[in-house]
Amino acid sequence: MKFINPIKRGYLALEAWFNISFGPKWNPLYHLGTLTFFFFWVVLVSGIYLFIFFDTSLSGAYASVEYMTHEQWYVGGIMRSLHRYASDAAIVTILLHMFREFALDRYRGFRWFSWVTGVPTLWFVITLGITGYWLVWDELGLYVAVLSSQLMDALPIVAGSMASNFVEGHLTDRFFTLMGFLHLLGQPVLLIFALWIHVKRLAHVEISAPRGLAVGSLLALLALSLAMPATSHPPANLSRVPAVLNLDWFYLNIYPVLDYLTAGETWILTTGITALLMILPWLPPKKTGPAAEVHLDECNGCGQCAVDCPFDAITVQQRTDGARWEYEVVVKNKLCASCGICVGSCHSSNPFRSSRTTLETGIDMPQYPIDKVRSETRKVLSELSGEQRIIVFGCDHAYEVSALKSKDVGVMSFLCTGMIPPTLVEYVLKNGADGVLITGCRNGDCYYRYGNIWMDKRFDEGRKPVLRPRTDRERIAVYRAAVTDGAKLTREIIRFKAHIKALTAADDQVPDSVPIQRVDL
Amino acid sequence: MIGAKRLLLQILNYAVFMGLVGYFSFMPPYARLQPDEAMITLAISHAGERVQECRKMDPAEMAKLPPNMRVATECPRERSPVTVKVLLDKLKVIDRVVTAPGLYNDQGVDIYESVRVPTGNYRLSILMNDNVRIEGPTYQHQQPISLSPAQLVVIQFQDSSGQFRIK
Ligand code: HEM
Repeated sequence: MKFINPIKRGYLALEAWFNISFGPKWNPLYHLGTLTFFFFWVVLVSGIYLFIFFDTSLSGAYASVEYMTHEQWYVGGIMRSLHRYASDAAIVTILLHMFREFALDRYRGFRWFSWVTGVPTLWFVITLGITGYWLVWDELGLYVAVLSSQLMDALPIVAGSMASNFVEGHLTDRFFTLMGFLHLLGQPVLLIFALWIHVKRLAHVEISAPRGLAVGSLLALLALSLAMPATSHPPANLSRVPAVLNLDWFYLNIYPVLDYLTAGETWILTTGITALLMILPWLPPKKTGPAAEVHLDECNGCGQCAVDCPFDAITVQQRTDGARWEYEVVVKNKLCASCGICVGSCHSSNPFRSSRTTLETGIDMPQYPIDKVRSETRKVLSELSGEQRIIVFGCDHAYEVSALKSKDVGVMSFLCTGMIPPTLVEYVLKNGADGVLITGCRNGDCYYRYGNIWMDKRFDEGRKPVLRPRTDRERIAVYRAAVTDGAKLTREIIRFKAHIKALTAADDQVPDSVPIQRVDL
Repeated sequence: MIGAKRLLLQILNYAVFMGLVGYFSFMPPYARLQPDEAMITLAISHAGERVQECRKMDPAEMAKLPPNMRVATECPRERSPVTVKVLLDKLKVIDRVVTAPGLYNDQGVDIYESVRVPTGNYRLSILMNDNVRIEGPTYQHQQPISLSPAQLVVIQFQDSSGQFRIK
């Protein structure tokens, strides 16, 4: 059996657990980015409410927060708790988001940009939380202020000692006003900008969480807010040191480190961790395959591949070859993930065409051109024997289909199942296969983001190029399986064979077009 | 519609998630001080004395300089490091030597340091030296002090009076 990295195995098991509880459509692990955005919305809305009642002066801040927490607990207090807990929940989803991209090896190669831009985003979120705790101006706020200042003092950029401002008699509104500005305006704007950059290289980015997850998370946050309302420490007192603090460990974990390390060492530690995270995509680097190539002779400039590309690597421009079409497409090689989804988008990727010569298509993958796909299909078909001859189409990032090969099961692995032209399925059924089973990455979890989604839409005739209505859908099954789902997939193939056998026996009674057999893992 | 079993599982998942969020938002508590500890913070802003004293230029030297550079006294810019020691009885709780910042080590020194100390009654001694040309402390202060749990004692220095301020 193929070795599967234990981190990936663990992650896939967690994912499977959530699939049982939520189903693939609402699996939170498939929506960590959008869930984080959802928590940010909750933070934003509750934050605006808090701002209305918040007194931004050093002398009035604490009392105004106390007023909301206690006198106005039914709105202000809940808003405060939502603000806090949604911020904390965002850290959990961000860390899981990072872990997922890492565990599934989705942080290297062409993905380096998303990873590298994600790292500062995390710090922006954390510092936003830090200034938030500062603004409450309770004992915790003072602690955060003093220790942050000690950290700043260790940097050569600040003249004088910032920490000395928190000695009795020296305290002014100066820093507090600055923190107010940072937390209420500066940092949120910076974060939005950073997030915009973070998803810049991706197309079709979803930022709204599925409704079921959003409603569930909001109810859960509300329940927590009612059960355990967020409260303050006693007011900041410059002449006393609180012996015990209830730290929010999601945001304030750096400060206790200062009990063991000097401020300078703490900076070295944090910059070291940041630097390590930043260079992680190159430890070791991952090679991306060759970029897609456009063949203008076969391209009419319809632009479907540009629309489908999940990484915004294809653009449409004015025709340059004098052909009668208005447009053509161009690939930005640097952005290409080498997934081949564009090959599946191109109506020219049709194996029924030019059957005696080389098959050319408008956009093709050099490492697995459509002509090679067709000749391999022919070879696999010719090797099949037995009663129910099945072809299994898989992808290079999910369960390795070669393990399923037998005399009546032929297998082919694509760069992504989004690469499979719908006409190829028809071709296989016309040329000797009794059934086609398509597997590939789990639903909602395509390695190339949109491969299996586009495939489903094409098969459901909701996206071009469609699987033609005349194709016998009873003989097509879709069963997606991650690397660890081999046993389930094997069972499904046995079931599918039995289904095909029954079909063949009762061939005459089969209606023309019935839905594709689709099973959710 | 989602089935009852799925709904229950979802509620369970949300409960675990929120349990985690709620717990780590304030637990485990962090002990900044032990029950029998107080804190001493040293917050001093002070410029050390010049490493070399200013001296009068003699006329021969002045003549050598371009006219716009001729001044009666020459003051090398470099300043002494500031050394501060804080003791409770014989126990040294702070011992810092801070070199003057700046390209020519010519600027004032800012010291901010907090230390946890055991509570009790002591004799507090502060010894500061700001002049490399003098051995031993140039400023010092002693007083009895009683430290109660969670108390914060701030030691500052007033340049104008040359006195330490203990609060
Ligand atoms: C701060 C909050 C963050 C938010 C709201 C966020 C949100 C998102 C979103 C919406 C996507 C697009 C997902 C898709 O449509 O397929 C994405 C992708 C990605 N994020 Fe984040 N992210 C955050 C932080 C991070 C961090 C800290 C890292 C890692 C250091 C990271 C690494 C990635 C990677 C590698 C991708 C690319 C995924 C792909 O190409 O399929 N993100 N993020």
